[in-house]
Amino acid sequence: MSEFVNFYLFPALTIGSIYALGAVGISMIFGILRFAHFAHGDLMTLGAYGIMAATALMPVNPLLLVPFGMALTIFSALFVDRFFYRPLRDLPTIYTVISSFGIALVFRSMIQLIWGSENQVLVAGVRPPLVLFDTIRVSVLHLQAIVTTAIIAVLLHYFLTATKTGRSMRAVADDPELAEVSGLDTAKVVRWTWIIGAALAAVAGAFAALNTSAHPNLGWNLLLPMFAAAILGGIGKPMGAMAGGFIIGMAEELSSYHWIGDEALISPSYKTAIAFVIMIGLLIFRPQGLFKGRLL
Amino acid sequence: MELTGLFFYIVSLLILGGIYALLCLALNVQWGMGGLFNAGIAGFYGVGAYTSAILTTAASGRHLGGFSMPVPMGLVGAAIVAGVTGWAVARICVRLKSDYLAMASIGIAEILRLVFVNESWLTNGSLGVSRIPRPFADFTTGRMSDVAFLGFVWVIVLLVYVATTRLYDSPWGRSLRAIRDNETSASAAGKNVEKFRVQTFVIGCAVMGIAGGLSAHYFRFLSPTATDPLLTTFLVWVMLMAGGSGNNRGAILGALSIWTIWSVTEIFTNRLPPEWATRSSFIRMLLVGLLLQVVLQRFRAGLLPEKSPPVRFRKD
Amino acid sequence: MTEQLAVAGLSAGYGGPPIIEDISLTVEAGEIAVVLGPNGAGKSTLLKSIFALTSVSAGSIRLGDRELSGCKTSALVPLGVSAVPQNKNVFASMTVDENLDVGTYAAPPPDQKATREKVLALFPDLKDKLKQPAGELSGGQRQMVAMGRALMSEPKLVLLDEPTAGLSPAYLERIFDLLLDIRKTGITVLMVEQNARQALQIADHGHILVNGRNHLSGTGQELLADEDVRRLFLGGAA
Repeated sequence: MSEFVNFYLFPALTIGSIYALGAVGISMIFGILRFAHFAHGDLMTLGAYGIMAATALMPVNPLLLVPFGMALTIFSALFVDRFFYRPLRDLPTIYTVISSFGIALVFRSMIQLIWGSENQVLVAGVRPPLVLFDTIRVSVLHLQAIVTTAIIAVLLHYFLTATKTGRSMRAVADDPELAEVSGLDTAKVVRWTWIIGAALAAVAGAFAALNTSAHPNLGWNLLLPMFAAAILGGIGKPMGAMAGGFIIGMAEELSSYHWIGDEALISPSYKTAIAFVIMIGLLIFRPQGLFKGRLL
Repeated sequence: MELTGLFFYIVSLLILGGIYALLCLALNVQWGMGGLFNAGIAGFYGVGAYTSAILTTAASGRHLGGFSMPVPMGLVGAAIVAGVTGWAVARICVRLKSDYLAMASIGIAEILRLVFVNESWLTNGSLGVSRIPRPFADFTTGRMSDVAFLGFVWVIVLLVYVATTRLYDSPWGRSLRAIRDNETSASAAGKNVEKFRVQTFVIGCAVMGIAGGLSAHYFRFLSPTATDPLLTTFLVWVMLMAGGSGNNRGAILGALSIWTIWSVTEIFTNRLPPEWATRSSFIRMLLVGLLLQVVLQRFRAGLLPEKSPPVRFRKD
Repeated sequence: MTEQLAVAGLSAGYGGPPIIEDISLTVEAGEIAVVLGPNGAGKSTLLKSIFALTSVSAGSIRLGDRELSGCKTSALVPLGVSAVPQNKNVFASMTVDENLDVGTYAAPPPDQKATREKVLALFPDLKDKLKQPAGELSGGQRQMVAMGRALMSEPKLVLLDEPTAGLSPAYLERIFDLLLDIRKTGITVLMVEQNARQALQIADHGHILVNGRNHLSGTGQELLADEDVRRLFLGGAA
């Protein structure tokens, strides 16, 4: 039992947290701007490297430097939206999707140009795990990721249900035409969508890089599970996307637990395929997701 | 010496340009004619490459093989296996709307990549398949075999070009474009939309498989890095957008021009100071990413735009 | 407070040939006006044109002294114009309370609480549904939510596109009664309707469009008595 909790449950919740934070942005962009943002993973990578660059200047816990990563991702997202996505907005959304493919590449190559393509660790050395109730050992990082994500979930829920901007965002995601007829400020909604999506991408990137190491493909490798999470939670439902992130993360990690006999249920080398299979299954059988999101 | 070097540089440029032209023609069937967003080109390309490699190599203890078939048979096999894979994928995914099909097809390409990496009995994993034969190996030796291979590749490009162009102008192609431009009215006119889409997807995937097979025979070696989505899927999309989707000659022209830009920039970036030269491929990636943005914003119709009827989409 | 709506020589369409041509009509301040006509006559296009959702090629739309044509859709709510589209007129995933709240964002009323009280007094049915998602309500209740949302910005003019479409006869009566209540608060109402008889009974003026042009205008009573109108829209018998 304690083996399951220590080696499977906490890592699964951590991966789930990373997916959840990334999927929120994907879901909101999909719901409000109506396109699958293929550069979101690389936005996460950018956030991770921004934080890493800040740690070189200020040798404190990288998590304290997350705001620098956020600043970088928010600026990049707003810049890219203004100059590359917005000119295509009146065309079929597929052009924006293709554009975001290219932007993903631009982000990645800039990261490689500036910081090189080697694996880099944000924090050297190993920190001893926390021991709870004598049997449960959990790494400090995993605990930080899970608690941070929980706090963000609560704040996000408050923002979306109780503030004017949050409600406007939900209104635009729900019915863009009616939102326009109601006189809502769509440009502001779009701006906030990018700001929140990019900020959370930086947090997700930070935890992903701390969990393993920073490398240029960090975010791209996480993109498809995050799409799966966003679809699972229902497009345009940020809280659903968070739940979806946890479900996908758990499904991936726990699939290699030896549920039956001593063998891993699914070989760990196919772990990442789990998310794709879930995603494809969802797209076909339940594209509205678990929480009745919108259908494009 | 300088001239021979240049000659063989151009030969290798045109061989890979031809392989990309095939991929572009294939994507043009799927996207340009059928409006299907396949973002998993690398997967079908990889299936074709491994099929042809396994069918034509001599026996080896490291991977499935020992069939020692002639190269053309290998390529036919590549087309069939990639086509069947495409059929299986299409049966499940073809109903999906554009963005969703893009995600699903990337997912499938990733699953296929995992198979290539992990199933060592089949593919020798990340160590790859080596000693893949070239066609006409008995008649040509050394660098002349490159020239023979160049001819071989472009004969196939020509065949695929003629076939897809005839398809485009056939009643089948017209129905397809009708579906692409307005699915609702096409299905109201009694067209079996799903059947047409599956056919389009399968034809495209089979051609992608052939392209993959050719690349395996050209390099004589194949490992999972060949299915890198960047160099296949992404570059092919840029080529088709730049060349003009919906136009076969545009597809070929786009493939050749983008591949030339991609290759020639390497010559310049190699002359950069050493600390930058090592990063030259990133500069090229950056430039191609930006080039795509310029194409999307300014030259959306491509170098050779589709002839009438123009591409028209429903606003959704 | 209220102002007259004057449409003069309006031609508009959706990029192609104009759907409505040279339409002129006035709605006096504080009146209910109804636009009638056969299918495809351009009734909805007229409403959408006033709300800047079509491309207007000629003519003017004035509310009081303000020229509305040329304004963006999102700029109209602050100018005192609210619209209730025909279908999909509520934010289905949001609660009734949130739907009403969204109505205030573009043009916050001076006293939001008082406005909310006023609107809920008009639609008492909504009072015990405030926490329910609007998508779960019946068609008639959704229409009330949509009208309530439109009224939350304290508009001078409300545009309604077939407010009774698809409603049961009982709800149809309710909605028309509500329109009379709204009229009492001094708001000018312009609506498109299919239920010609009931609409003309409550309307001050009616305007009949045929093939995208003005065909006939008059007071509600005049049109109810008109031979042509009776034959075309009221099913012959009086």
